Amino acid sequence: MKDVVIIGAGAVGSFIARSLSKFKLDVMVLEKENDVGNVTSMSNSAIAHSGYDPVPGTKKAYFNVRGNKMMSQVCEELDVPFEMVGSMTVATEESQLKLLDELNERSALNGVEARILSPEEVKKLEPNINPEVKGALLCPTAGVVNPFLLTCNAMENACDNGVELSLTTEVKGIKRVGDHFVIDTNKGEIESKVVINAAGLYSDEIAKMIEPIEWKINPRKGEYYVLDHYAKGLVNHVLFPLPSEKGKGILVTMTTSGNYLVGPSSEWVDDKDDVSTDTLTLRNVKSQATTLVPSIPFNQQIRVFSGCRATPSTHDFIIEPSKKYDTFINVAGIESPGLVSSPAIGEYVANELVGKVLKLVEKEDYSPRVRKHIRPLELSVEDRNALIKEHPSFGRMVCQCEKVSLGEIEDILSRSVPINTVVAVKKRTRAGFGKCQGGFCQPVVINLLAEHQKVDPTKVLYSKDGSEIVKCKVNKGGN
Amino acid sequence: MKNVDLVIIGGGSAGLAASVGAFDSGIKDILIIERNPFLGGILNQCIHNGFGLSEFKEELTGPEFASRFEKQVEDRKIPYVLNTTVTSITKDKVVTYTNEKEGVVEVQAKAIIMAAGCYERNAGAIGIPGDRPAGVITAGQAQLFLNEYGYMVGKKVFILGSGDIGLIMARRLTLEGAKVLGVAELCAWSNGLNRNMVQCLYDYDIPLYLSHTVTRVIGKGRVEAIEISQVDERMNPIHGTEKRFDVDTLVLSIGLVPNNNLLTDLGVEVGRSRGAAVNQNYETSIEGIFSCGNVLHVHDLVDYVVDEAREAGRSAARYLLEGKKETSKNIPVNPGEGIGYVVPSKLDVLSLKEKTAFKFRVRKPSKNVFIDYIVDGVTVKSTFKPVIIPSEMEVFNLPKNLLENAQQSIVISMRAKE
Repeated sequence: MKDVVIIGAGAVGSFIARSLSKFKLDVMVLEKENDVGNVTSMSNSAIAHSGYDPVPGTKKAYFNVRGNKMMSQVCEELDVPFEMVGSMTVATEESQLKLLDELNERSALNGVEARILSPEEVKKLEPNINPEVKGALLCPTAGVVNPFLLTCNAMENACDNGVELSLTTEVKGIKRVGDHFVIDTNKGEIESKVVINAAGLYSDEIAKMIEPIEWKINPRKGEYYVLDHYAKGLVNHVLFPLPSEKGKGILVTMTTSGNYLVGPSSEWVDDKDDVSTDTLTLRNVKSQATTLVPSIPFNQQIRVFSGCRATPSTHDFIIEPSKKYDTFINVAGIESPGLVSSPAIGEYVANELVGKVLKLVEKEDYSPRVRKHIRPLELSVEDRNALIKEHPSFGRMVCQCEKVSLGEIEDILSRSVPINTVVAVKKRTRAGFGKCQGGFCQPVVINLLAEHQKVDPTKVLYSKDGSEIVKCKVNKGGN
Repeated sequence: MKNVDLVIIGGGSAGLAASVGAFDSGIKDILIIERNPFLGGILNQCIHNGFGLSEFKEELTGPEFASRFEKQVEDRKIPYVLNTTVTSITKDKVVTYTNEKEGVVEVQAKAIIMAAGCYERNAGAIGIPGDRPAGVITAGQAQLFLNEYGYMVGKKVFILGSGDIGLIMARRLTLEGAKVLGVAELCAWSNGLNRNMVQCLYDYDIPLYLSHTVTRVIGKGRVEAIEISQVDERMNPIHGTEKRFDVDTLVLSIGLVPNNNLLTDLGVEVGRSRGAAVNQNYETSIEGIFSCGNVLHVHDLVDYVVDEAREAGRSAARYLLEGKKETSKNIPVNPGEGIGYVVPSKLDVLSLKEKTAFKFRVRKPSKNVFIDYIVDGVTVKSTFKPVIIPSEMEVFNLPKNLLENAQQSIVISMRAKE
């Protein structure tokens, strides 16, 4: 019998697991994907929003602002790249200045530092901005964060503190039996006193396994461009247009890796797993983005991608026990600003909601830190030489575009969250993230994974099940 | 810090030939830096023949061609390091490299030749619509998997782009038992060499769809199907022309891009080829830093690469032996009507030799045209071309007397015969 089972290992599930791992509880996380943070937590704007935008008094406003305040410490503990670069919400027409003032007032109500900039101030801070700029709202506490490591390392930290993670485990049904729940999965039944539903896009389906619900998760797709980091100095902040009912609009932002993101679109889709991209949608993203920054060098484009937001029909985060059971907790509809909110949601769910139904006793040996990542290029020549002398693999570059060494990949493979795919390596190390998109390094990564998993290279997955990259050995069953 | 006269970045065809050119011109203190565990670069995965017809007057495979140059390097005892990556270059020519044995090494060079080759445009760069499953792979990567690692990337294949590597892979995959269902080309013409069209597609009855592109990739884990559509003259897909192919693999052969970031990081001026802007001595905008081979502009034949690289090696040697030039006068060389790029992109008229080679590509296939060489607005030479195509690099030599008085610009332009 588990004390707590968390369904879903996205950013939210991972931070709930981390917060629960402080206590003497038997916690298990079930994830249907073969890696943590593989759906919405992988495909988003990678932004730690300041909290100027959500309607005051909502859960979105509360958890966003609280999460933003936690972000520096969390990223320090979890060794995740985070830069508080600030955001600018940019008015390009006179008529928008009124809305800018309203947002400024909303910031004050949410307790978020903000101020209105004159067109001259904006141009000075952002030389590539549309010269027609009429003003902007600067929020200095907004930041950019590496969303892959934020989620992976929250879960790694939870696992290091004793949480059990079960990947490729899909929940088929949940029954109430006596004073606990029985969770039916593709890998057998699991009993638990408390269940936390952090199943993202599928959280309504999970919630329905227990009782009828009045809310629904509607997948809302966003498509993006990724530009290479060679377009240095394109923008220095997270740049938003004025928000509309469709969300925060098409943004142009830097990332912690120096790349730039342009997007997302906002499209209602039927299929929760639809992460396809579309030429017309992306063309529209491009034309909207160029009203903010006219000179975006799209010839530096290295990838397009899309992700689905788990948009709730209630317009606010759903973070509460189910109607029937205070031991079945729904954490659903965590769309933007979900990434930045997740540490605060984790803390609240553990301390307040689980704390209400289970006794929380702190572990003596809990550590909030993950093992530090070794990033050779950030070290001095002397330190790098000492490192390579001890561990020569840090001297061998596997990914030439992003300068990722063999040692960094070996380090990732040796951590507590299992690594099953080429994308899992890519998310954590950036190998294959650059301009050649793995053209040169992918065979090396495949061989490393094959060796690590003790399987033939033809069994190594790119990402999802069935995504084997090489089909067969030449002349052995070729046809 | 180590001191070396000439550091060559890249031990492929360009780097090896450049080292030979420099060595034979009197520079002995050379270091070639190669990222792979072997010399020869991409030639090692090109196991088909057709290399060396002009360089060696015989038809060789890629590895054979490479081994001829490796031998030239070994015979001269030119030093090289393998499994080694250059992480940065400074304007003062400090080259930092790293490998397992030596750790991090800083080398003070007197001259540098950039010969780092190119990389392939991929699905991300053109944003192919649809899903992003496994099985969408560049032609060179498919070649690497097949020829160096011994793995087939798929059994039912469609190819986007008629670049040479794609055509060669159409044949190679067919010979290994895969079914290649077709090749789609966005342009109204093929972008491969004619001999590859014949030997790799027509001989195997593989259909070529000109003015077509992939408009959807379908598949969650692995590619399950692709959809192609015809495009109009502005290259927009035409609704209603969609055709679906059930394949497990989409191979992309959509172009090569100079791998020039070590130089662009330095602020070196970039030319229209996306490689460095160089003068006729292959010298970049930073004195003593040279560039040649596919990192400068993408070549059609390796024979031209080694020719160019040897010359770049000789130039670097001259620079090292003669020291800083007292005077130079760079005149821009611009592509005119119908021309994609020209190398060199500037001409130092004070250091002209008897002949200067201009290399360029046209933008689209044309018949019965003149190529005009225009100095300061005056056409100094015209050549007639019954046929000219983008997939073949043009090389034309102009004598010193036509160039030495240039003051403003040199333009190469295409003009239809009236």
